[in-house]
Amino acid sequence: MSVITIERKVLEKNDAIAQLNRDSFKKKNLFTMNLVSSPGSGKTSLIEKTIHYTRNKFNVAVIEGDVQTSLDAERVAAYGVPVVQIITQGACHLEAGLVKDAYGQIEKNNFEVLFIENVGNLVCPAGYDLGEDLKVVIVSTTEGDDKPLKYPAMFRNASALIINKIDLVPYVNCSLEILKKNALSINPSLKIFKTSCTTDEGINEWCNWIESKMKR
Amino acid sequence: MHELSVAQEILGIVNQYFPNPKPNTVKSVKVKVGKLSNILTDSLAFCFDAITSDTTLSGAKLEMIEIPIKINCTGCNQESEIEPPVFACPICGNNQIKIVSGTELWVDEIELFDENESVTALQSRDKEDK
Repeated sequence: MSVITIERKVLEKNDAIAQLNRDSFKKKNLFTMNLVSSPGSGKTSLIEKTIHYTRNKFNVAVIEGDVQTSLDAERVAAYGVPVVQIITQGACHLEAGLVKDAYGQIEKNNFEVLFIENVGNLVCPAGYDLGEDLKVVIVSTTEGDDKPLKYPAMFRNASALIINKIDLVPYVNCSLEILKKNALSINPSLKIFKTSCTTDEGINEWCNWIESKMKR
Repeated sequence: MHELSVAQEILGIVNQYFPNPKPNTVKSVKVKVGKLSNILTDSLAFCFDAITSDTTLSGAKLEMIEIPIKINCTGCNQESEIEPPVFACPICGNNQIKIVSGTELWVDEIELFDENESVTALQSRDKEDK
């Protein structure tokens, strides 16, 4: 019986392209965030609000990932920012190669902050580095306060947590305190924001934080 | 459900070593799967079987070695195993911990049939076909 020792990362190809992305983002001095959440927690709404409230401070570009349709890119394009839609045709996550091609279509534009909106899914995107500076995980109050415990890998890999739809707290079975406690038990270094894209509560703090992270 | 794309990456790595394997060359592929890597091992094995079934790698087994989540506590400096969803040192309760293993997703080894085994395997498969 003969055995060949391999010892190679299964996702090494993705990781190598992610490093190329990271190098290109660095060359342009970008601050890049990979937004991850379950479907419908408000990733696109948060991007829209961020663009609206920061248009005099910095320029944003967006890479949208969806299984189907370019509805999100159309929403973002209405704000006049560079945007590319990736349609994954069923794939449950974005991969670095898709982001590399998408970035090629917008890199000539003038922007300092890049949002990569991943496919709505709290499982698969956790394993795929896209070359971003950090992952931001969004949970909306309608999803309940137990999500960090159910999807620990995603919360462990993220640097910031946005608790969105806080205006709905009186109507849903979700305790902000328990949600925060659960998230911090998985990852005590998470920076937490509480936002509502309907009342705009908390958006300002979030935008200020982005500004503090920018590389100028 | 990203096990199919993970299976394709594994197959891609095997093909780099054996671009055109004869039937019954590869006996098994050993993969290290960390318990924090979000991989359902049964599903990965199913996907690997599915994508190799019509190839000369058909029958090669995907063997998975599950790697527990080990942490190093920044408080008491002890290494221990943890079980999600608890991410704290089981010794002192501190939650400032460093994960030292459990996120792996590695192709570890490729095991080959030796020549005699290969002939036997071929014969038994021929019998099954009949």
